[in-house]
Amino acid sequence: MSAVKKFFRPYIKKTVVGSLAKMAEAVLELMLPTFMGRIIDIGIAQENIPYVARTALIMFGIIAVGLGCASICQYYASTACQGLGTDLRKALMKKIQEFSYKELDRFGSSTLINRITYDVNQVVQAFAMLIRLVSRGPFLCIGALIMAIQVAPKLAWIFFILIPLFVIVITVIMRSSVPLYKKAQLRLDRLGQILRENLGGVRVIRAFARHHEEKKRMDEATEELSNAYIRVSNLSALMNPLTLFIMNMGIIALLMLGGIHVNSGDMTQGDIVVLINYITQVLYALIQIANLVVLFTKAYASSGRIGEVLTCENSIENGSKTDICKNGDIITFDNVSFGYSGENTLTDISFSIPRGTAFGIVGTTGSGKSTVINLMMRFYDVLKGRVLFAGTDVREYNQTALRNCFGIAPQQAALFSGTVADNIRWGCPEASDEQVIAALKAAQAYDFVSKLDEGINSYIAEGGKNLSGGQKQRLTIARAIVRKPLVIILDDSLSALDYQTDSRLRESLKEYSSGSAVIIVSQRISSVRAADCILVLDDGECVGMGTHEELLKNCGTYKEIFETQSKAEGGAVA
Amino acid sequence: MKQFKRFLKYTRPYRLKIILALLCAFVTSLAAIISTFFSGLAIDTMIGSGAVNFASLARILTALAVIYIVSSLFQWFISRYANQVSYLIVRDIRRDIFASLNRQPLSFFDGHPHGDIVSRFTNDADSLSDALAVSITGFFTGIVTIIASLIFMLFLNIPLTVTILVVTPICIVVAARLTVFSQKTFRKQQQEVGNLSAYISENVGNQRVVKAFSREKQAEEDFNKISDDLYNAASRAMFASALVNPTTRFVNNIGYIAVGLTGGILAITSGTSVGILSSFLIYSTQFAKPFNELSGITNQLQTAFASLGRIFALIDAEPETPDIPNAGELSDCKGEVVFDHVSFSYTPDRPLIKDFNFKAQPGQMTAIVGPTGCGKTTLVNLLMRFYDVTSGAILIDGKNIQNLTRDSLRRSFGMVLQDAWIFDGTIRDNIAYGNPKASDEQIMQAARAAYAHSFIKRMPNGYDTYINADTLSQGQRQLITIARAMLADPAMLILDEATSSIDSLTEIRTQKAFLTLMDGKTSFVIAHRLSTIVTADCILVMKDGNIIEQGSHSKLLEKKGFYYDLYNSQFH
Repeated sequence: MSAVKKFFRPYIKKTVVGSLAKMAEAVLELMLPTFMGRIIDIGIAQENIPYVARTALIMFGIIAVGLGCASICQYYASTACQGLGTDLRKALMKKIQEFSYKELDRFGSSTLINRITYDVNQVVQAFAMLIRLVSRGPFLCIGALIMAIQVAPKLAWIFFILIPLFVIVITVIMRSSVPLYKKAQLRLDRLGQILRENLGGVRVIRAFARHHEEKKRMDEATEELSNAYIRVSNLSALMNPLTLFIMNMGIIALLMLGGIHVNSGDMTQGDIVVLINYITQVLYALIQIANLVVLFTKAYASSGRIGEVLTCENSIENGSKTDICKNGDIITFDNVSFGYSGENTLTDISFSIPRGTAFGIVGTTGSGKSTVINLMMRFYDVLKGRVLFAGTDVREYNQTALRNCFGIAPQQAALFSGTVADNIRWGCPEASDEQVIAALKAAQAYDFVSKLDEGINSYIAEGGKNLSGGQKQRLTIARAIVRKPLVIILDDSLSALDYQTDSRLRESLKEYSSGSAVIIVSQRISSVRAADCILVLDDGECVGMGTHEELLKNCGTYKEIFETQSKAEGGAVA
Repeated sequence: MKQFKRFLKYTRPYRLKIILALLCAFVTSLAAIISTFFSGLAIDTMIGSGAVNFASLARILTALAVIYIVSSLFQWFISRYANQVSYLIVRDIRRDIFASLNRQPLSFFDGHPHGDIVSRFTNDADSLSDALAVSITGFFTGIVTIIASLIFMLFLNIPLTVTILVVTPICIVVAARLTVFSQKTFRKQQQEVGNLSAYISENVGNQRVVKAFSREKQAEEDFNKISDDLYNAASRAMFASALVNPTTRFVNNIGYIAVGLTGGILAITSGTSVGILSSFLIYSTQFAKPFNELSGITNQLQTAFASLGRIFALIDAEPETPDIPNAGELSDCKGEVVFDHVSFSYTPDRPLIKDFNFKAQPGQMTAIVGPTGCGKTTLVNLLMRFYDVTSGAILIDGKNIQNLTRDSLRRSFGMVLQDAWIFDGTIRDNIAYGNPKASDEQIMQAARAAYAHSFIKRMPNGYDTYINADTLSQGQRQLITIARAMLADPAMLILDEATSSIDSLTEIRTQKAFLTLMDGKTSFVIAHRLSTIVTADCILVMKDGNIIEQGSHSKLLEKKGFYYDLYNSQFH
């Protein structure tokens, strides 16, 4: 919360001016009924038409000034709260860009997206309401009370009974409807979830001919949702009739007692009209505040969540070294251990990759293959040992300088909206069309790209939805290699390719990037068997390292994996 | 308008409740108007010191109390009826959407973003119910209030009524103008919001890639630009919409003052009573309020109609051709499958499968191999009638599958897919999915046969452990789906890349389960990893939608053709 507080600071002036303008409008509005009272009590009673006209003119002046004040308030409210929203969004985005993978793991991307969009919006809305209405509501209440006391000191006590009654009714209804509303929200989420399951599993559901049961499940969910909604709305439906009823009873009391006072000469007809006006004003002001309470509780929770992101300590400190040494092994792991939380996912890993060589990493899912990659690029920091890049600890480098030496095709083939060429140029913004095409060719992607309507300028729909899994993988590989980096990493990015395309790709890659070290992470032995050195991981530990032939001789795990993949043909291939 | 007519059909079951709600609305708005009139009368009883008529004041106040109670009560009734009706109608609409989804061909689900369907189902339907609840009562109350207060005003005092009638149109025009303007700015804002969320979900969603390519600075700059655009659009939109209220209040106040002025003059010149003046002061707001509200409701209705359009579009999506009348049931299936001159294309201009002939004997295992995108999965889609053949026929036990009900056809197949589908529920529910009536003993037996029993036993609540897709590993999920197929015990089996997302050590473990599952069943296996299919009775080698080779593993190797190359490439 305190992290968000400071974002309000630049807007204090606007807030104050806006609120003051709003208050001025409220004061002016409160004055209207008293002038009306004067028209009745002085103008009509003394049969003074010029007085009536003059008073009406004054009233017109008052509402004109009121409109001006309201416009000022709204202008400041709009610019201040949208300004605050923009500042918060920018700060969040900046913070997220600085996050290391550890922080990204902690929050998860959907949470972060929600914080930037939904949570910021809540705060913006609440801030706008704060300027617009909060100062106005209590002020109108208190103001009406003071005016009522002035106009009719003997009847003002009715207000002291009515206002607490209003407050009680409103809070009780709000209090009891919030949990019901939350329940309804849960039911709605459940509905969305069932639908999503049905959409995702449509093949299975149809294969098992289960749509009748699914329909029943959905019928129940819709029934529960409508019931939950009806329950909560029935409760809040009480608010208007009840408060109106209280107000009307107040008016009756006012008329009755007013009659007595008028009869005894303490009060005038005009006073009664004025008092009735004030009661109405108070009620509407209170109802407005009640609606704000919901908004503020939501916004408070949202600002807490925003603060959590903004105050999150980044676990990785940036180094300063930007020059990369030209000699020595490109990557060295020196007794590296690492764990995401508590347990080690990597234990005592040591290896070196000479420049320009091919290095393979194999192992089962969850054996720590991708972790090795993440440590190389310093997405995480090691717990123990050192990771060296060109002879220097990765922690000493400026992160951008370090990562610019890598080209990675990650496991999840993520593409961005834009053309094929835009996507490839992520790897190298200044690449020419020829260079883009060369990279596509090397990645075995040019075949299908050239068949697209506009070749490399064809548009890729959100996340590459119009491409197959294998096509996306090949594009991410082209993106990784286009800058001809010192190190190319293919992190299980051949899995959606059939064996032929896979082997052709590795063939052409060798030629395209002769100076780069290539690291291939895979579950397939065939993808790594040609590598100069292969690291075999099992449960975070190195169980073997060497060439394909050496490993077949002396690494049990490797041999086991190899055999499962070439089992049936027995001696034919081995 | 057609949409509206169609929507009215949904209201039919609730006609009685709607009529009751309207009746209540009629009573309340009338009561509000009458009470204003009575409060005016009450004020007129107190002319001045010593001149208060207490007898008639008491009578009037009693009447007022009754009117107030009735109006509050009926107001509560309206809301209750309106809420019930609107939520029930939307419930029915949701059910229709879901029923329509169930009739859609598979191509529909492949071609429509799931997020979009979900949003129509939840958000659009919700905005519909919100609008309904407001408009059922608001519209009618508004109209009754306008008419009734007009009648009362004319009855009370014609010059004052004319004053209000002159001011009100100004108010309406001003409000309408402002609303139109604010909507325009609002649309612009929505567009910018759309841009922003698209950018965020793409970049934050793929933050790891952004970092790997050191694009953080670029992302921040792009984002700042989009944020600034949004700031401009949003502060304009907010200001415009925020002006609507004070401006209408201003115009309403002009009406209030005009009534005060005319009333004051009339009182002096022609003796109009203060009570009538007081009533008219209230009428001036009472009369204008419904106009303002109606314009708000119209807006909400516009949004709701847009939502309704999207919902109807979903309900109206072209359904799968229904089963032919008198379609046969496929029962006691032996499992003989024949493709007889089958041709198929997803889009007419791109033929995919051309004149395909093939016969699988009961109990045979057929493997389908070929490069990515050659049409392997298409064969499965045709077998299960997720799509229908363009020409030719598929026969099972000699019966054309077009003449069978889809349900009975599909029930005869067991299917295990690459993406093991687990739904939120217990392990038991997940396994029993294909056979909900199965006993615990049967479920456990299936799990044992699928080699899943041992890990299920180790789960915190055994078979009653609540699971979703994230709780289990890929391999475990796949074992559950195998157990599911095992329990359903169909005559035929389809394994579509069932092992490709499992690593090879896990695969060994599942392999045994697969073999048990396939035992004695006509099975179709699609696989990348050729090692899994060398034991197949027949291997179909596909390329560009055609079967280019077929035969057993050893025969195909001898042939030294496409399969030979494909097979060997995996060891290079």
